[in-house]
Amino acid sequence: MERYVCQVCGYIYDPAQGDPDNGIAAGTPFAKLPDSWECPVCGASKADFTKEA
Amino acid sequence: MNPIEIAPGVYDVGVTDWNIRDFHGYSTDLGTTYNAFLVVDEKIALIDSVKKEFADALIDNISRIVDPRKIDVVISNHTELDHSGSLARIMHRIGEDKPLYCSKMGAKNLVRHFPQKWNYQAVGSGDELKLGRRTLAFLETRMIHWPDSMFSYLKEDGILFSSDGFGQHYAGPERFDDEIGDRIMVHAKKYFANILLLYATHIEKLIRQVAEMKLNLRMICPDHGVIWRSDPGKIVKAYLNWCRQEPEKKAVVIYDTMWHSTEKMAEAINAGIMAEGVPSKPMHLRAWHRSEVMTEVFDAKAVVVGSPTLNNNLFPTVADFLCYMKGLKPKNKIGAAFGSYGWSGEAVKLIENELTGVKIELAQAGLKVQFVPERPNLDACHEFGRKIGRAVSGP
Ligand SMILES: [Fe+2]
Ligand SMILES: [Fe+2]
Ligand SMILES: [Zn+2]
Repeated sequence: MERYVCQVCGYIYDPAQGDPDNGIAAGTPFAKLPDSWECPVCGASKADFTKEA
Repeated sequence: MNPIEIAPGVYDVGVTDWNIRDFHGYSTDLGTTYNAFLVVDEKIALIDSVKKEFADALIDNISRIVDPRKIDVVISNHTELDHSGSLARIMHRIGEDKPLYCSKMGAKNLVRHFPQKWNYQAVGSGDELKLGRRTLAFLETRMIHWPDSMFSYLKEDGILFSSDGFGQHYAGPERFDDEIGDRIMVHAKKYFANILLLYATHIEKLIRQVAEMKLNLRMICPDHGVIWRSDPGKIVKAYLNWCRQEPEKKAVVIYDTMWHSTEKMAEAINAGIMAEGVPSKPMHLRAWHRSEVMTEVFDAKAVVVGSPTLNNNLFPTVADFLCYMKGLKPKNKIGAAFGSYGWSGEAVKLIENELTGVKIELAQAGLKVQFVPERPNLDACHEFGRKIGRAVSGP
């Protein structure tokens, strides 16, 4: 599954890990993240993420 | 320093740290300042605080204007301890229940620094706080310099409190840009190159957003160094320029040396670069602090790095610098590696790996010399330098 990078702080969303601290189970693809999800490091919105090159 | 009224009812109550020479690994040869601001209106607001060890001086400065207990609200634009370190003392003095305004990320990060249960008021871009005649507007500015960073804008006066943004590690008799003139720009550039470079692309976007807001900007008050009052647009323009990272036609030759062999190579390469009409400077890593070297790298087109091979590895100061530069991710550069060695000579390859790892394009294959370079070796170094010089000055 594709990883996505926060263009603000560099955090990488890895679907294999999810974001369990914020209720996102491991295995959740980026596209399935709720619109309200934010970068756990800097608080940027989903729109600030791009697919890892 | 004593408080200064920077606009009617607005005071700089910050402090000067004359003696600091190492700011978390950044060389501050002239010291720095931690600026904090007091806005006296129907409500009295304190914007930012200072390093913990200067809490007394901050409180003393505030007392020269108002009784600190009369402060109604505190604004924390940035969680880092050079701006929040005195918060515990301040909140204790003015009342632990007084509202403490910060960004959402600020509220998350401050609790990881202070155990107190403060009255956090998390704000976001567009939120405003009425102080009476005046209004503070908040703007989230993540990564200038931490996720929690925000700017506060005093609308009626056109004063932007920009936290680390537009700051300079500089301590001197001057408090305003017009008092020091262009001499301040090198300090502002060093700050950008060493603190903000990694976020350049993001900062450019953010500045453009702010420009679209068409603020009637009359003054920019950073938390370090002088206040931009004569021409705040100048530092904003400089930032936009720096964010683009378009290098100058110059080079820098960074190296360390054990028995002067790599040093001889460095100087011959440097002379070769200059023979092509390209300014270049050799920087010995134990003569120059890494943050000075980084400032030079920031606007150079070519980054040439040399290291002796020590125990099959890089010389430690070279590894230190490459690690530091890697984190700051400079863009649009070419590079090359060189070094003297005794018997194995791994260092040059290791440098090349580090350079290509940060997308610095190699201008040519690295140059190794066993033991002490002789005249033909030095001629080869000169030619090596000329090739870099041509790559820099070429189209
Ligand atoms: Fe900071
Ligand atoms: Fe700072
Ligand atoms: Zn982020």
